[in-house]
Amino acid sequence: MCLAVPARIIELTGDDAVADAIGNHIQIKTTLVPQAKLGDIVLIHAGFAIAVVDEEEAQKTWQLLADLDNFSKTDKRVSG
Amino acid sequence: MLDRINIAYSQIDKAHKLLGRRINVMEVCGTHTVSVFRAGLREAFPKGLKLLSGPGCPVCVTDQGYIDVVLSLAERDDCLIATYGDMIRVPGRKGSLERKADRGNIKIILSAQDALNLAKQNPGKKVLFVAVGFETTAPATAIVVNEAMQQGIKNLFIFSNHKLVVPAMQALLLDKNNKIDAFLCPGHVSVIIGSDAYKPVVEQFKKPCVVAGFEPMQIIEALAEICRQIVDGKPQACSLYSAVVTGAGNKTAQKIIEETFDAVDGYWRGLGQINKSTLKLKEKFSSLDAEKHFKVEFIPQEDITGCRCGQVLCGLIDPPECGLFAKSCTPDTPVGPCMVSSEGACAAWFKYARRKRQK
Repeated sequence: MCLAVPARIIELTGDDAVADAIGNHIQIKTTLVPQAKLGDIVLIHAGFAIAVVDEEEAQKTWQLLADLDNFSKTDKRVSG
Repeated sequence: MLDRINIAYSQIDKAHKLLGRRINVMEVCGTHTVSVFRAGLREAFPKGLKLLSGPGCPVCVTDQGYIDVVLSLAERDDCLIATYGDMIRVPGRKGSLERKADRGNIKIILSAQDALNLAKQNPGKKVLFVAVGFETTAPATAIVVNEAMQQGIKNLFIFSNHKLVVPAMQALLLDKNNKIDAFLCPGHVSVIIGSDAYKPVVEQFKKPCVVAGFEPMQIIEALAEICRQIVDGKPQACSLYSAVVTGAGNKTAQKIIEETFDAVDGYWRGLGQINKSTLKLKEKFSSLDAEKHFKVEFIPQEDITGCRCGQVLCGLIDPPECGLFAKSCTPDTPVGPCMVSSEGACAAWFKYARRKRQK
């Protein structure tokens, strides 16, 4: 449950933002990271950005999520 | 990468030889449990190291009495229940939210903000927000509580059962039967509380507390760091997840938690009552407090007969040692909470560790 996902802020008005997480656009709040700017990558947990992260860190997590996705597809094939 | 693994493993071997026994590291976070299994690390670790799954899944540590209260409120026609999806299948004494979902008043939300929106969209209903989760999730609840207060929302009620990680770690170490030599500390809880938050654990119990992210290599190196600290006799609170977790954590989030909640004694499944471990709304927000509005009596319940989730959560047994595991208790028919959540230790063991044995 305590897993946060990195996403790039593509719209920002006050603390309301739209973020792009691997192609998914999600409505988020940046209340907890007042320093976040348009274009920044933030870690999102339950609809709230909790940290600003750098590009390299975000890439690692996106890769990990892609691996997980592939793994679960393989998993289904094996058990199904 | 192989070099890094070899260096890490030799560090673990060194600590094993020095202690003359196996080193037990508790991974506090459910996401670590799953990452470790998924990467096949358990099988690949040196023999001198054992990982114990800790109480790091908020669903798993939520007391059955709390779920029973939510279930009884779900029976009211004037209530809408707003809950994170993780909670929906957890069995209480009277079924689960999933089984009540056909009444149409159970709403799965992805953000605390959705609970507030639900209240605005349904002025004729009382919206109960099932507020569970650790420090990662608590700030979101706090923001929504403050917004609802400012906007004069009268039909949103927060049933807060947010938990704090550090008091649980301390409670585990106070148990004289514990086998824990060190903690692999959660990644995203630590984004909020910072790695310095574990200093009291290190100072009081002399156990290393190392924060790691979720990449397998970083988990291996965090375990090696723990072993290095054991060999040197210098336990520390530190973070290998430095790109995201700082010593101080997210001060804005900590401030809003402090301003919104009081830490009170709270009941954890398997661990019992823990001092100042549960967040309840401060008096000034009592108009939003579900416990006050619905006058609920929150009685801790005995755990389910035969279910050993409590011992699993304390790292005392591995899931297959429970008589129900993979027999009457499976992810499709969960008896205990550790089988319900995909991050629960039993569900992770069921999914990843059974396959090996079946081969």
